[in-house]
Amino acid sequence: MEDLALLLARWQFGIVTVYHWLFVPITLGITWMVAIMETSWVRTRNPVYLRMTKFWGKLMLINFAIGVVTGIVQEFQFGMNWSTYSRFVGDIFGAPLAIEALLAFFIESTFLGLWIFGWKKLSPKVHVFTIWMVAFGTMASAFWILVAGSWMQYPVGYVLNPATGRAEMANFLEIITSKMLWAQFPHTIFVGFATAGSVMLGVSAWHLMRKQHVEVMRKSAAFASVALLVGSLGVAMTGHWLGQVMVEVQPMKMAAAEALWEDEEPAAFSLFAVGDKENNRNAINVAIPAGLSLLSCNNLDCEVRGINSLQAEMVEDHGPGDYIPNLFVTYWGFRLMVGSGTLMLIIGALGVLFHIRGTLPKRRWFLVAALWIGIAAGFLGNAMGWIFTEMGRQPWVVYEVLLTRGTNSPTVAAGWVWISLIGFSVLYGLLAIPAVYLFVKFAKAGPGEETSNEDVAASMVY
Amino acid sequence: MEQGILNLETLWFVLIGVLWIGFFFLEGFDFGVGILLPFIGKDDTDRRVMINTIGPTWDANEVWLLTAGGAMFAAFPEWYATMFSGFYLAFFVLLVALIVRGVAFEYRSKNPTSEWRTMWDSAIFIGSAVPAFLFGVAFGNLVRGMEIDAAGEYVGGFWALLNPYSLAMGVASFVLFTLHGALFLSMKAKGDVYERAVAIAKPLSIAATAVMAITMIWSYVQADGGAIPGLLPVAAIVLLGVVVWLVYSKLFAWAFVFTGLTIVTTVAAIFIGMYPNVMTSTIDPAYSLTVFNASSTTMTLRIMSVVALIFVPIVLAYQSWSYWVFRKRVGREDVTSSVY
Repeated sequence: MEDLALLLARWQFGIVTVYHWLFVPITLGITWMVAIMETSWVRTRNPVYLRMTKFWGKLMLINFAIGVVTGIVQEFQFGMNWSTYSRFVGDIFGAPLAIEALLAFFIESTFLGLWIFGWKKLSPKVHVFTIWMVAFGTMASAFWILVAGSWMQYPVGYVLNPATGRAEMANFLEIITSKMLWAQFPHTIFVGFATAGSVMLGVSAWHLMRKQHVEVMRKSAAFASVALLVGSLGVAMTGHWLGQVMVEVQPMKMAAAEALWEDEEPAAFSLFAVGDKENNRNAINVAIPAGLSLLSCNNLDCEVRGINSLQAEMVEDHGPGDYIPNLFVTYWGFRLMVGSGTLMLIIGALGVLFHIRGTLPKRRWFLVAALWIGIAAGFLGNAMGWIFTEMGRQPWVVYEVLLTRGTNSPTVAAGWVWISLIGFSVLYGLLAIPAVYLFVKFAKAGPGEETSNEDVAASMVY
Repeated sequence: MEQGILNLETLWFVLIGVLWIGFFFLEGFDFGVGILLPFIGKDDTDRRVMINTIGPTWDANEVWLLTAGGAMFAAFPEWYATMFSGFYLAFFVLLVALIVRGVAFEYRSKNPTSEWRTMWDSAIFIGSAVPAFLFGVAFGNLVRGMEIDAAGEYVGGFWALLNPYSLAMGVASFVLFTLHGALFLSMKAKGDVYERAVAIAKPLSIAATAVMAITMIWSYVQADGGAIPGLLPVAAIVLLGVVVWLVYSKLFAWAFVFTGLTIVTTVAAIFIGMYPNVMTSTIDPAYSLTVFNASSTTMTLRIMSVVALIFVPIVLAYQSWSYWVFRKRVGREDVTSSVY
């Protein structure tokens, strides 16, 4: 059954990618945080910064390991599960993946090795340089994978070659300057800061509640709050911008996110809806008048296209078919993403405010909220954002160019996909146990008493 | 159409060969160290010494694989698609192995209990042994040719991949990488680990020479005299013979260089032998994927060439620097401290 193999391959992509994406945003942000901390240590020689560097650096490494190894699957699975897709897009999609490995993975892995093992062998200045390179490498990695990913959302700079039946590169510059990319990339980077900030604030809060390691944790909480506030503000702004790009180039995704069936002028922003897909309408919808117009075009009266007319238009352009993404997933995914982001923004803002007032360590309710709500919102927001943007693209794998159906590997039977789907799911589930165990263990153990780079060296080796 | 060899397709075929050579040369000894972990690492401290000899650099070594895979996708999408879907279950096992191994390096010493460490040490051993074997099997199949149909899809199923010749290639790569790892330890470890590494290098060098001699001669037969070119496989056997002599003369660093040269020569032989095919069809030679019918467009290859020309030398420079930084031998005194 061909369609079963397709379905399983999609589930596999979803599972391994969302899992990978639970760890990667932390990496994206925390490498920068550790780099800033170590720079502060080198510049001020205040050992508190060294202890922060080591403490958060350890947690960074525990997290980094899972992100790295699950990343290998990402690169292999296009060929393994999606060979038809790979043949169709390879001319465009392969290049950013190869460039990511060459430009980003080598930097990350080499300089992370130097950072972990170089505490005694490198001068403090060179040592801090290595973590900056890692931070830069993670950012470069995000950029190049988003070159590939955003092209699937908004294909530009290509031609369809009828002779080979595939998409071929026509303009590389257009691909790496695509407006979708330059909305997604900053959005992703800010997400990294916000997520790392929420995790760091949560861990700091845990210690502050217990009034232990106060010096290190107070400073860490301040760092984290700023990262969380700046990150979430950036996420909101770039998200708004990304939404406007989406309205323009993927109106169906926005209509699905809003469960907006008919064209509206002005369009309302839905707060809660129960869909009635049989009759192409909502059974219940609570909405803010003109809210969606405001989000889509910064004014209160523009028209926003609805699902029904977009579906009709797509049938006209691409032939008969159902071009509506899964509305339940996109509608609620979008809301959970935005809701999580809002919670993070509030926690970040309060954290900064309380820090400025000097009352942060005493506000127990805030510390509890930062620990449980902040961290949960970080993970939930990331997972939902990813699921929303990928599911909202369906039924297309390359938007309005190639349907997902039929792009999986024709020679890979459903039985094989079952094996790898179950295998990876079980493996990833099992790996979460030691990862969380070690993270919690080192998080609870707290910082040490180091006063020099040499003191850190011994605790870093394998 | 006769294309000659002065074209971008051939350049990228060569570059991908170079990336695989780099991967096998570098990660080869990482695999070897992992395979030897239970045999040379008699106690926890010894095992930590071994792991720390490759600790700073193993991950960057593995990136050679990711770059090779990415480059195949970018330069030869048809090759990437056919090979990765064709080796589906084998690559699934390979990925599982690489995943547990990578996590194991990072996690095994972060908890002191012996159950914890034993578990991750097993992961390192399995995660090193399985890929060391599977890569040989995979390349054996590339040399031998696979059942590629008119659409360029592999239709031979899973069990056909486990043919005797490819399995022999798997054994050869396994033994060769193990030897490469022992010789790496002879340069990077001191104390008991060093002593045991050089002791085990002796029988390993003889075994590697024997296994490689068998598979290389088999290659001539297997390939109908066509797929494996001229004297390169013979050169690989001779180089390994030199390794035996160097090991018995206690010139271990030189022996390491020569196992490295053996890897270079063998992979080069495989690539030169395949050219211009990248996936040889055993159903009909006309179905074979070649560097010309499997490649990306000239524009993509040009862009990739510019990127590679600029960044490969930079990568080589800083990766070499990291080896220079960690040039000293690792001993028990380097790893006796607490992990906190």
